[in-house]
Parts: sequence; structure tokens; C-alpha cells
Amino acid sequence: MPHRILLGDEAVALGAIHAGITSAYAYPGTPSTEILEFLLDHHRRHGHPHAAWSANEKTAYEEALGAVFAGRRALVSMKHVGLNVAADAFVNSALLGLHAGLVLAVADDPGMHSSQNEQDSRFYADFARVPCLEPADQQEAYDMTREAFDRSETFGLPVMVRLVTRLAHSRTDVTLGEPRGENPVAKSPDRAAWILLPANARRRWASLLERHRDFVAWSESCRWNHLTLDMSRRELGVITCGIARNYYAENLDDLGWVPSHLHLGAYPIPVALVRRLAEHCERILVLEDGQPLVERELRGLLPGERLISGRMSGELPATGELTPDNVRAALGIAPRSSHPFDPGTLPARPPQLCQGCPHGHAFHALQQALAGEGTHMVTSDIGCYTLGALPPWNAIESCVCMGASIGMAKGAAEAGFRPVVAVIGDSTFLHSGMPALLDAAAADTPMTLLILDNEATAMTGGQDPLVPSSRLYEIVLGLGVKPAHLHVVDAHPRQVDANAAILKRELRHAGLSVVIAVRECKEAARRRNRARAREHAAGARAPAVALASAPAEDALPAILDEIATGTSPAAGDCACGRVSRFLPDPYERPRDEEGAAR
Amino acid sequence: MKTDILLCGVGGQGVLSMAAIIGRAAIAEDHFAKQSEVHGMAQRGGGVQAHLRLSDRPIASDLIPLGGAHLILSMEPLEGLRHLHHLAPEGVLITAAEPVLNIADYPALDELHARIRRMPGAVLIEAGRLAADAGDPQALNTVMVGAASHRLPMAMASLERAVREMFSAKGEAVVATNLTAFHAGRAAAEAAGLVGAR
Repeated sequence: MPHRILLGDEAVALGAIHAGITSAYAYPGTPSTEILEFLLDHHRRHGHPHAAWSANEKTAYEEALGAVFAGRRALVSMKHVGLNVAADAFVNSALLGLHAGLVLAVADDPGMHSSQNEQDSRFYADFARVPCLEPADQQEAYDMTREAFDRSETFGLPVMVRLVTRLAHSRTDVTLGEPRGENPVAKSPDRAAWILLPANARRRWASLLERHRDFVAWSESCRWNHLTLDMSRRELGVITCGIARNYYAENLDDLGWVPSHLHLGAYPIPVALVRRLAEHCERILVLEDGQPLVERELRGLLPGERLISGRMSGELPATGELTPDNVRAALGIAPRSSHPFDPGTLPARPPQLCQGCPHGHAFHALQQALAGEGTHMVTSDIGCYTLGALPPWNAIESCVCMGASIGMAKGAAEAGFRPVVAVIGDSTFLHSGMPALLDAAAADTPMTLLILDNEATAMTGGQDPLVPSSRLYEIVLGLGVKPAHLHVVDAHPRQVDANAAILKRELRHAGLSVVIAVRECKEAARRRNRARAREHAAGARAPAVALASAPAEDALPAILDEIATGTSPAAGDCACGRVSRFLPDPYERPRDEEGAAR
Repeated sequence: MKTDILLCGVGGQGVLSMAAIIGRAAIAEDHFAKQSEVHGMAQRGGGVQAHLRLSDRPIASDLIPLGGAHLILSMEPLEGLRHLHHLAPEGVLITAAEPVLNIADYPALDELHARIRRMPGAVLIEAGRLAADAGDPQALNTVMVGAASHRLPMAMASLERAVREMFSAKGEAVVATNLTAFHAGRAAAEAAGLVGAR
């Protein structure tokens, strides 16, 4: 059997490929990004399956749904908060009758390593009433993803595969199986199963609830949930979910005995197995990463005298990820001793914008423009530029959810606050900033939107923007922003004064204004250059636009000013001078260790 | 037998490449290996760490428990001290001496080095200088792998092969530079009193 070293994310991707998917869609987000990265790389090497970044998680889900409507298997992947964006599509798709496998791989981030919350996607699976598989290791990530497609087809439902950061971003050896072929194209034969008019939806909802019994029966008998009873000791039974099993196993030697144990890798909760464990044990300790889903259900399932321990009762912390150490404490084992040396006080080293990051130059201009304007408000969004909240910048004042900066600025301005600036990145703007800007343009709200266009989804590793950056101008214009108050500027350090002057003027404008500050992410540029050099060295055909044809850096501001003032023939025309700098898509993304690791 | 290594440094330094060389050598020798990495926000100039676990038996947890690491291998002195709660009482800290100065309140370097020298089981390696001497300041991570080689459960030949494989795509000159860096790191650790305990 072939083997391969894979990240948990990559194991999901390869499992999907071997399950015969035709299509995969995603929006990048830590810790899920590497799922689609792997699929894109596979596509470059082998020409299949189709893999693409989408504008956001909702469109990704809908595109996957379309592939399934056409009879073919599809994977959609996202991070946990991305599922909030895709929730409309996800929850409703549970009512459909799928005739091809649809798997949602969602990577949660307990501990909030790179996220604004630690919501647990298993609750979404439960809410939508769909089965969920939760791998404990990379092998299961591969195997379960394959099985998820089969179950999706037997149940006619989407199936969720839920990962957590520590599995998504840990690599080890995985044994691979025989690849399955793709489904033929075949439109769904059942019209009523796809048209959720109330009459159909009522029928399908009732049927979904009725079939829940079948899902429970599956979960009680499937190989991912197993119960081991020790008839001789009754004081403790342990339930582990997904990755918690590893931390439990890590501590068993020191516990000195092996309690009765139920491991859960598949949901809905296998009621019969839980009841059998409960009959044998006086106390049940529930170890689950994320929020207490199983623990909460147990408290409702079991008679009151049964002792249940977990996050809700305080044996485990209510927040943060599981670790071998908090599981150890929950098992009542004394902590291991650490090295006795006291390192003294150590200053923290928080993440920060890279040296010379164009966002920094844009923040400089913004702060210069806001100086002397009295109290002001700067709403912002999610991306590298969120680091502008930290010293030395202290430039932004909010970070809530993708695209929120624009709607919040509109709301604040309409509530009477002046001046209000919204700061958003290019990718976040395309993700879900556009509808809010439509609101603001329709109302000509007195606010200024600063779009930081670094031509990359930088925080997640510098993925290419969905549309060439040069088209942002047209998009913003198309949403109804007045050309006189729409500026494209260069986020170059030498342009700070000029950019500040434009911003200052627009802050005082009594309607909506938009400033697009353009400059390529330095990391993305470095990677792209390296990839091109590698391609060149390999003697590959030169990419469509050669480096030499790009205008010199110093020539850019002039071009940009022309665009901004409408004096350039390129203004409003996508064939403008900037385009040549933004290489069209097909370049070899680096897949060296570092590149793979982002 | 198992060897748990916590690798750390500052985002952008190449901590994951350092882990990749060791992991590659381990897998070539049929050790079980699990490598847990930090991706995302922390990679933007923050402190990063990877947990690399090697064993002759299957490995359960992706994370090293507190007090469980046999070795902390750090590309930066301040970061090396940050994870001592993960280090076993008899564990070893091997750290590069050169700082990454991207925070305002970085301690005085002499004082920081003195602190590390006071720590039982700590070894300071002038990895930046050795890498530059080898011909490429970027080879700092390879110097550190060389320094750690005394405490790794793999044969020298396997580690050398892993270095070669890691850099072969970049040409023979880069391979040679990194092999020089590897041996310089190994010699420096030996001179600092770290010799083959395993």
C-alpha cells in the first residue's frame, strides 16, 4: 500500500481526490487553507479534479452544490467562521435529496490561534441534522473523508468532516487506498428534491427528521465509534471525541489503569453506546476539543444521579483547546515536572506587519489625514491589516467578521458620527464587502472607504486575488461610487503625503468616497518572483507577461494618478498600465517545505 | 525509545524547514514521526514553534506534553527561553545566539546570553556567524540541525542525506553550503560540551 507524509488538511484533500471528486471549492482561512492548496497543486500536476478559490465560503458551497446537482462528487472546505458565511447554503442543503456525494470539510480553531472565535462546527452539523465525522489523526482524516462521500450518497445528504487546528496542521505518515473513479455527469432525476418551495420543504424536513433514526443507527454501528468496557472497575468511564483520544492515550501510562472508554468519531451521538457506558460507570469524563456538545447532550440524556465531568463542570477549562496537559489534569494525574530553570521575564513577541509592508505606508497616510480631525472612527476587517490594531500603528478600531468594516461605517455615519473611515483588504472586500458598499453607494453615506489592495490574500499565504487587482476600480465604480470620489493611489512610502492629502479631502466630503491604495504584498511578490525564477530555470515557457514588461516601480505613481484623475486613457479600462504588473494566473506556486507550510 | 523536540524561532526564520530536515531523516530511518506546526497569524513576525515527535512506537498526541521535550532547538535566544515549561528536567536547550530584533523591549543581549549560559543543559551556538562563514546566512537552520545532531536518534549519514535532499533542487553549490553549515553546527555544539548522549 502506498504511503505519504501528509498534513491533516492534505489528508482530507487526498481522501477527497481518491473518493472520486470532480470539483473542490474553498475560501482560504487558517487552519483550513492547505486543503484547497493541495488540490490546486494536484490539479496543476495531474489536470484534475477541478479546484478553485471562490469569492467566499457561501459561493464555494453553492458551486459545490451545483457540481452535485450535475451528479458529481464535490468537496467544499472552509474554516469554522467561514461556515457562518456559508450557513444559509449549508443548512438548506440538508433538505435536498443529493444523488452525488457532497462533503463539507471544516477546520475549527479551538484556542483561537488565528481566528476571532472558537465556535465548534459540530453544533452546525447537529443543527442542520446532518452526519459529521471527526478524525483523531491524519489516517482517519484520509479514511473518513473517503467514507463521508459514500455516506453522503447513501443518505442523500451533505456530510461534514470536522478538523481542529492541531490535526489540520500536523503531519505524519498516511497509508493510501485505491482511488475511485469520478461519477458520470447526470442531472438529479428528482426535481422536488431540489426545489425548496414550502410544500416540498415541509415534506423534506419531516423526512430528514424521520431519517435521523437511521443516522443514529449508523453511528451506533460504524467503525469510528467504539466502546470498550472494563467490567471490573466502575468509578470512571471516559468519552473521547476526535483528537481528544490522542491526549487521553498520551496519559494512560501514568494513569496506571485503563477505564471503560467510548471513542466518538462519528455523529449523531450513538445513544445506545453512551447508555451502555453510563450503565457501567459512576462518573463519565467527557474529553472533546471545542465546545461541550457531547457533554451537554449527556446531561440531558442521563438520569440526574450520574456524574458527568468535562468543560461544563470545570474538570476541563471552559475555553481554549485541549492539550495533553489539561486532559492529564482532568484525569486527576499530577503534572509532570518541567526543567527547573527560571528564564526570568520575557517580553512578548506578537505577530506584526512585515518590514516595509505596504499596509504600514497606507496606515501612515490615514493617520496623517486624520490628525487634526478631532474624534474619528476607523472600522476595519480581517486580514494582515488587522495587525494595524497593535502598536506601533494603533490605526484601526474594529475587527468583527468578514466585510463588517463597511456596513459598520455606514451605520455609524448614519447614526451621526463624523468622520468615519472603513479599512478593508482587497480579498475581504471581494469576499463580502461589496454588498455593504452597494448599501453605502445607494445612500451616498458620508464615509470614506480605504481599500488596501496588496494583490493577495496575504494572511493565509498570499493566494492570488479572485480577480486581477486592476479590476477593483471598475467593480467599485459599478457599485455606484461616484468617479469624482474614487481614487486609486500607490501605497508607496514616498506617496504618504500625497495620499494623506487625498484622504483628508475625502474625509470632509459630505458623501461616500473610496480610496484604493495599491501595492503588492512583499511576501507574495517574493514568492511569485521565486516561482518565476524556478520556472525560468526549469526552461519552462515564460509566463504570459514577462517581468521586463512591467513598468518600473517609480513610474507607477504617475500612472496611478492618471487613473485617479481620469486623465489616463486607461482610467476605467481594464487594459490600464497596471495590468501588466499583475501577472495572470498560471504560475507555479512554490510547493517547497516553506511554501507548503503557510 | 522516543525523542520529543520543540523547535522554535520567529515567523519567517525557517523553523519549519529546520523541522523538515530532521523529520525527513527520521522517516528515512523508519521512525514514527508526527510534526505539529503553527501556520497563520503567528507567522507574521511573531514567535513560532513546531512540535516534532519521533518514536519507535506509534505516537498518540501531536503535541508534546509540558515537561516532555527532550530538546528545545531554537533559532533565536529569546524564543529559546520562552518554552522551558515544555522541557523535561534533564532536557537540553540548543539555541542560536543571534537575536531577531523586531520588538521594542528586547532584553540586553549580553544579559540574555548570560541568562542562557547559567541554565543547566543550555548550549549557545553562533549559528548566524557559522552560516555566514559557510557561505549563506540563510543556512542558520541547517547549522542548528547540525548542532542538534548529537541528540537525534538518527545516523549522521541519514541526516546528511536529508540535508542533501532538502536542497538538491537548488543546485550542488547550495547543497555543499548547507552540508558545511551542518558540520559547523555539529562541531560548535561539540566544542560547547554537547556530545552524543544518544
